Amino acid sequence: MSDSQRQSDTIDENERRHELGSYLWGYGLALALTLVPFALVAWSGWPRVTLLWAIGGFALVQVVVHFRFFLHISLARQKREDLHLILFSTLILVLMVGGTLWIIFNLYGRMVPELLP
Amino acid sequence: MTATPSRHPGLNLGRAHQEAHDACEVLVFGFWVFMMSDLIIFGLLFANYVTQLDALAGGPGPGELFEMKSAFLETLLLLTSSFTYGLASYCLKYRHGRGWLTAWLGVTLLLGLAFIGFELHDFHKMAGEGGVPSRSGFLSAFFALVPLHGLHVASACLWMVVLMVQMCVHGLDTGVKTGLVRLGLLWHFLDIVWVGIFSLVYLGGLA
Repeated sequence: MSDSQRQSDTIDENERRHELGSYLWGYGLALALTLVPFALVAWSGWPRVTLLWAIGGFALVQVVVHFRFFLHISLARQKREDLHLILFSTLILVLMVGGTLWIIFNLYGRMVPELLP
Repeated sequence: MTATPSRHPGLNLGRAHQEAHDACEVLVFGFWVFMMSDLIIFGLLFANYVTQLDALAGGPGPGELFEMKSAFLETLLLLTSSFTYGLASYCLKYRHGRGWLTAWLGVTLLLGLAFIGFELHDFHKMAGEGGVPSRSGFLSAFFALVPLHGLHVASACLWMVVLMVQMCVHGLDTGVKTGLVRLGLLWHFLDIVWVGIFSLVYLGGLA
């Protein structure tokens, strides 16, 4: 059997179109989620706190878009070990980052209040 | 939804590449463990950066040092390179020929190098305005976080060159294919870290 024949046997046309579409969607969505926060910071004139919340929101959605469309991570058809690894790493990250921020800002509050935001 | 079940994160090569597809399962899992540890390093450097935001010690701050235009250009370059690497993976999986694969990898490499070039230019400009790592806690934290990401991108570019040479010497064998799958994961992952950097460091600093 020639290589091209074997290829046509094993390639699923739906899967092919789905995967190309996934990269295109990912790029389009990520581009939009990048342009909006940059435009908001450049031109909106919103108060700083509102801007920071908006930037954070857009960044979180964009991270999910990257995971979903570029890294092909989804909750449904995932090998369990990978999902466990991601969730466990996220847990460690949340504990360590949350702990760092909590302790350091508590320390600032007690000892160097001028370093508090 | 895809017909074949996913065996690992990233684009699965599938049954048309049976040997490489089987080899990928273990290799990609190991690589994913490494990347998650890398994620924790970056996460902690982000946390460290946040704690140092007001530690300017009288030195220049984000408003004076950061430029929105170059941060925006760098973001577009890296995002587009992530997309073109996706197209390279797509060409690899569906055997669009080594020509297309090399072309997309070449575009990705050029975009990555342009990104590093812009970033070096930024750092140089910052240093000219007194923004050197030893100036303040804020600048130390900045130079621990952002150049580490740049260093990752530079290493990934080097890896890509090595893989392209291997592809010329050995052809598209299993080793090269699994290497391309792993580099793809690293490349997309570095773009995710950059989303954090442009949002928190640049946009947060300029807002």
